[in-house]
Amino acid sequence: MADDHKGRVDELSGVETTGHSWDGLEELNNPMPSWWLYTFYASIVFAIGYMVLYPSWPVGGEKDHLKGTLAWNARDAVNKAVKDAAAAKDPMVKKLMATDISAVRNDKALARFAGRSGKAAFGDNCAPCHGSGATGSKGYPGLVDDDWLWGGTLEQIQHTIKVGIRSEHDETRNNSMAAYGDDELLDKTKILNVASYVLSLSGHGKEVGGDIAAGEAVFKETCVSCHGPEGKGMQKQGAPNLSDDIWLFGGKPADVIATITHGRKGLMPTWEGRLDEATIKALAIYVHNRGGGQ
Amino acid sequence: MNSPVSKPEPDITFFEEHKKVYPKKVSGTFRQIKWAILVLTLGVYYLLPFVRWNRGPNAPDQAVLVDMHHTRLYFFNIEIWPQEVYYLTGLLIAAALLLFMMNAIAGRLWCGYLCPQTVWTDLFMSVERFFEGDRRDRLALDNGKMTVSKFFKKLGKHFTWLMIAWWTGGAWVLYFNDAPTTVYELATFTAHWEIWMWIGILTASTYLFAGIAREQICIYMCPWPRIQAAFTDDEALNVTYRWDRGEPRGSVKTNKALLAEGKPAGDCIDCNQCYEVCPTGVDIRKGLQLDCIMCGLCIDACDSVMHKVGKPHGLIAYDTDLNIERRLKGEPEQYHPIRIRTVAYAIFIAAIMGGMAYSLMHRETFGLNVLHDRNPLYVKLSTGGIRNAYTVRLLNKERETKRFAIGIEGIEGITLKVIDIDNYKDGKAVVEVEPDRTREIRVLAFTPKGTKVGVSNPVTLTLTDLDTGIVSKTSDYFKGPRP
Repeated sequence: MADDHKGRVDELSGVETTGHSWDGLEELNNPMPSWWLYTFYASIVFAIGYMVLYPSWPVGGEKDHLKGTLAWNARDAVNKAVKDAAAAKDPMVKKLMATDISAVRNDKALARFAGRSGKAAFGDNCAPCHGSGATGSKGYPGLVDDDWLWGGTLEQIQHTIKVGIRSEHDETRNNSMAAYGDDELLDKTKILNVASYVLSLSGHGKEVGGDIAAGEAVFKETCVSCHGPEGKGMQKQGAPNLSDDIWLFGGKPADVIATITHGRKGLMPTWEGRLDEATIKALAIYVHNRGGGQ
Repeated sequence: MNSPVSKPEPDITFFEEHKKVYPKKVSGTFRQIKWAILVLTLGVYYLLPFVRWNRGPNAPDQAVLVDMHHTRLYFFNIEIWPQEVYYLTGLLIAAALLLFMMNAIAGRLWCGYLCPQTVWTDLFMSVERFFEGDRRDRLALDNGKMTVSKFFKKLGKHFTWLMIAWWTGGAWVLYFNDAPTTVYELATFTAHWEIWMWIGILTASTYLFAGIAREQICIYMCPWPRIQAAFTDDEALNVTYRWDRGEPRGSVKTNKALLAEGKPAGDCIDCNQCYEVCPTGVDIRKGLQLDCIMCGLCIDACDSVMHKVGKPHGLIAYDTDLNIERRLKGEPEQYHPIRIRTVAYAIFIAAIMGGMAYSLMHRETFGLNVLHDRNPLYVKLSTGGIRNAYTVRLLNKERETKRFAIGIEGIEGITLKVIDIDNYKDGKAVVEVEPDRTREIRVLAFTPKGTKVGVSNPVTLTLTDLDTGIVSKTSDYFKGPRP
């Protein structure tokens, strides 16, 4: 009925219709509200200004575009933000570099800064192996307990982070737990016996099933040079304490036997050169303050 | 095509044109009350920031100050820290209940007398009356052509309005900054741009709301009239036209003639004074309505007219519709300002205010907030013991450096160590906190080997003020492995 698309004046409102009809429903052809139109025009003006000032049209090839008179781009903005943040931190970083690591605690603001930046650096660099809570896992030492392979003082922790373990660093920390089984230095019985003795130091010797006394003899002969006469370990050589309840590679009989048979060679990269000195210092303070520091 | 369209109502509109209200000057009891409230509230508002209050050194000496920068709120001898913002919550709840109670007793007391919108509008109207004269003059002025005299009247009015509005914003910023300093900075144009911005915002809103928009704010913008309408009940007093006495209305002459004929005639002489004095342009004789802010000015107007025609006052008065029905039936009037609802509000308000007063008087000037480490929850030590770690924030609300001893109890043999603290006394760590500051410390708690530690054990962290011996306690948990 309204195929001719011709409007008519609606008698109810006195407004012309669009001429479209859907099942008898028609649409009034009211003009746009003026506030709406002005907003629309204003946004067109804004868009023109925006196109002049900011990067807009992709002209000049696939990867090129109009730069805009302000020459703004996201990468520069990020770089500037990073630079500004570094500049803002600079006085504290310099102070941290100049302060002896054991004296940082005397300056509350500096200690706070070191703790906070250490936490951030730990999350970025250390958490993948040691865990976000620094609890570690099998093969990756926990840093929150009081058991330290290479020592838990501020200086020792700082040095370990710096040089790493079995890393490319010239002064790298290096311990050597030989593969006594693979290299046929001890036979299977001796390994079983020595494992029994080692676990007996923490009260679990009977669970292994070997001869503890015979194991002690093997231990005295083979292991004391690193782990000490009472199996308490030696931090200078990175030899773990075997008399406590904390086991880096597992404390079950099978774990201990595997360790003696195949040896263990844990790795930690050197962070010198990858992280600056202040960050390493902050990291050492953060790790120390988790609770296990000595 | 013949669509069955019915003819529309001719005067149907969806938009109410703004009709400017020209309230007439009025005098009487309620006008006096309103003037008194205006002087009192605006006086307090403009002058309170200048009141000084000695809090000793290192503290602001302004009696009422919201110190955003240091996150402190000062109110005479009360000092609120951000973690005590519940006092503000309590105050707001009590204020809401007070609003409900006022509403249950006598309708829109808030709207009519106390609301800033009403008070400032009143002030702006009196300025308008000073420059442009009363209702009749203002109507003539607005309908007349622009003349030099009209221009200067309008200029004077708007300039004075803007001055008042500017001082309204000016006083507002003084609540957030030291008042004398800020006044000096404003006078020498050295104030921070934010101060100018806030004054600008409040100048604009005051000028717009009290000068231009006025009753439009109450009728269209404010939610309270709607809420109030849902809250009110039959017993609440409202500004009421007693139509039982007033109707049928008519001029003095007409009504006299009606009476002479032995026909009924009301007291209302239809002089329209109640309408002409109304600041929102309401005819109260149409009954209770949303636009009426119940300021009582029509009562004043009507009373003075009744006085002139020698009839008793109170043709318009605070009354209820129930009483109108009672009078029509010949029953005596009844008023119930004290009823279950109002008493309940009073009890709630008293309970909240009492509770807040009690807690304000007994609150500690120091304390500790404890956050247990989440990762790891506990650490097994090489000794066989268990260690838990807590981040503890110590609060010192006093004006001097305080020495506290922090300890932990609740498990046999539990000991404590605080990172970077070397001073221990009776197994408790001695920590200093600077005046009016908090200090975050890391507390390690240890249980010795062999102690039975469940998954979660309640423990108490204690903080002892070493000068007074007063102890503040906080409960937390000591976590251990599953047995």
